[in-house]
Amino acid sequence: MNPRLLALGIVFVALATVPYWMPGIYYINVASQVLFFAIFALGLNVLVGYAGLVSLGHAGLFGVAAYAAGFMLQLGYGHAVAIVVALVVGVAVMAIYAVLSLRSTGIGFIMITLALGEILWGLAYRWISLTGGDNGISVHTRPEPFGYSLSSPSTFYYTTLVIFLLSVAAITVFVRSPFGAALMGTRDQPRRMNALGYDVWAIRFWACLMSGLLTAVSGILFVYYTQFISPQTLALTSSAEVLLMVISGGAGTLLGPIVGAVLVVVVKTVVSGFIERWNFLLGAIFVAIVILMPEGLVPGSARLWRLAWRQMNNQTKPGAAKEALGPPP
Amino acid sequence: MSALTVTGLCKSFGGLHVTTDVNLNVAPGERRLIIGPNGAGKTTLFNLITGELTPDSGSIHLFGQDITKVPSRHRPHLGMARTYQIITLFAHDTIIHNVSLALLGLSPARWNPLIDIKRQRHLIEHALAALQRVGLGHIADRPLAQTSYGERRRVEIAMALAQNPKVLLLDEPFAGLSIDERRDVQQLLLAIPRDVTIVMIEHNMDVALEFAERITLLHFGEVIVEGNRAEVVADPRTREVYLGH
Repeated sequence: MNPRLLALGIVFVALATVPYWMPGIYYINVASQVLFFAIFALGLNVLVGYAGLVSLGHAGLFGVAAYAAGFMLQLGYGHAVAIVVALVVGVAVMAIYAVLSLRSTGIGFIMITLALGEILWGLAYRWISLTGGDNGISVHTRPEPFGYSLSSPSTFYYTTLVIFLLSVAAITVFVRSPFGAALMGTRDQPRRMNALGYDVWAIRFWACLMSGLLTAVSGILFVYYTQFISPQTLALTSSAEVLLMVISGGAGTLLGPIVGAVLVVVVKTVVSGFIERWNFLLGAIFVAIVILMPEGLVPGSARLWRLAWRQMNNQTKPGAAKEALGPPP
Repeated sequence: MSALTVTGLCKSFGGLHVTTDVNLNVAPGERRLIIGPNGAGKTTLFNLITGELTPDSGSIHLFGQDITKVPSRHRPHLGMARTYQIITLFAHDTIIHNVSLALLGLSPARWNPLIDIKRQRHLIEHALAALQRVGLGHIADRPLAQTSYGERRRVEIAMALAQNPKVLLLDEPFAGLSIDERRDVQQLLLAIPRDVTIVMIEHNMDVALEFAERITLLHFGEVIVEGNRAEVVADPRTREVYLGH
């Protein structure tokens, strides 16, 4: 059997049985957090990894979707309306982000997205009539699609898992598609892509919308998970955190952002229970990753694995050669 | 009707006039060579023709259609393809992926986010055919990082040919090639059918002169001499500015 398929099968079974083998409710909730932050990181990776556009304002988008859902629920609308509005608002705000920031690439793009994220944070903080300011917005219930209540940790986990798997599948298909190839082409040789007849701006714009959609999805899961949204969620540190997930795991890979999300969320929630200075630990881990595997954990580990494999083969080869020659006379 | 007409084209970078009132008239099927010393404005002229630079004044017509204001990304769709003097390829991908990108650039499928690019048999076949034309069919699946400089030059040409252009702009296709490689590239350029008009910038006189029918000599952004091979070579101004004696 294909070892890759086997590994995927084991991971899938492990994910599907999390509520049965996790030691407690707390850990099931941690697993849910890992999954929706992984969706967030996958969304950012569309830009950072595949488009080569680094955004430092994605927490703003994440928060806007969460606020939109919370606000609609506060107004008394149902969950379906709240979710649809949140998705539309998230993607629409991303479109505004894109129109403003795609005027440039590189540092310019980073700075414009950073500024836009800060503006959204400022609005959440100061536009008190809409957002409740520092008090935030509370969400009192979770949805019950087709009578399946999401109020228990395990049902919420399973819902998040399904959405996570759909997101992974969507990215997998996208990366192999002509549009995915075109997007990566604009990352590597934008001038050439233009000369080949591609509309570089439009390709980047659509990639932004896709990133915005995944970000909004994760923002909605977040607000239903914590049942609360406050300006802190939109802060620059949140944007930096998700960017670190993408970069530490490996930008431009499918698994990288997921591994990065596991790393950050586990250190933040679980390890922080044992080590008071968990921020320091996370920082040390990032420094180690940057020094040892600058390309990220997933591609870095793959590289080390190949290296080790080659060394092992080299060590066995001389012996094999001797045997082939036969015993000395 | 001319394949490519350039009329009164001017371009300055600050006070530096890189292109000054350039007029070109290239007939369909013609092989035109553009020569000139370093800094004569040859590549700038190409960048103006392909629209990567916007001219200060003047106009460009492709088969009678005014394309001066057409964005550069639309020009390949009108039948214009180019290669770069400085090799500009997708270094992380395979040779065939590079050519596939060139083919997709003109296909509406480039917007499709749902199909698998490796399963588009039509696309793969066309890309392979383009690679066979330049003699790289046997290493189509090789990563670009594992190819030689000469092979990369040919990938450049394959990408331009794959787009099935009516006007092909070659910017120093022989630059940096060994004598053998030059011979190969020359053979493949000679094999391009006559329904493709070729404008070529080249420093390497012996190969280029053999290929070209008409020659335009640029110097400080201006057309100094234009004519057939014998006329240009015999002209005293050519000797003065280009051949150096």
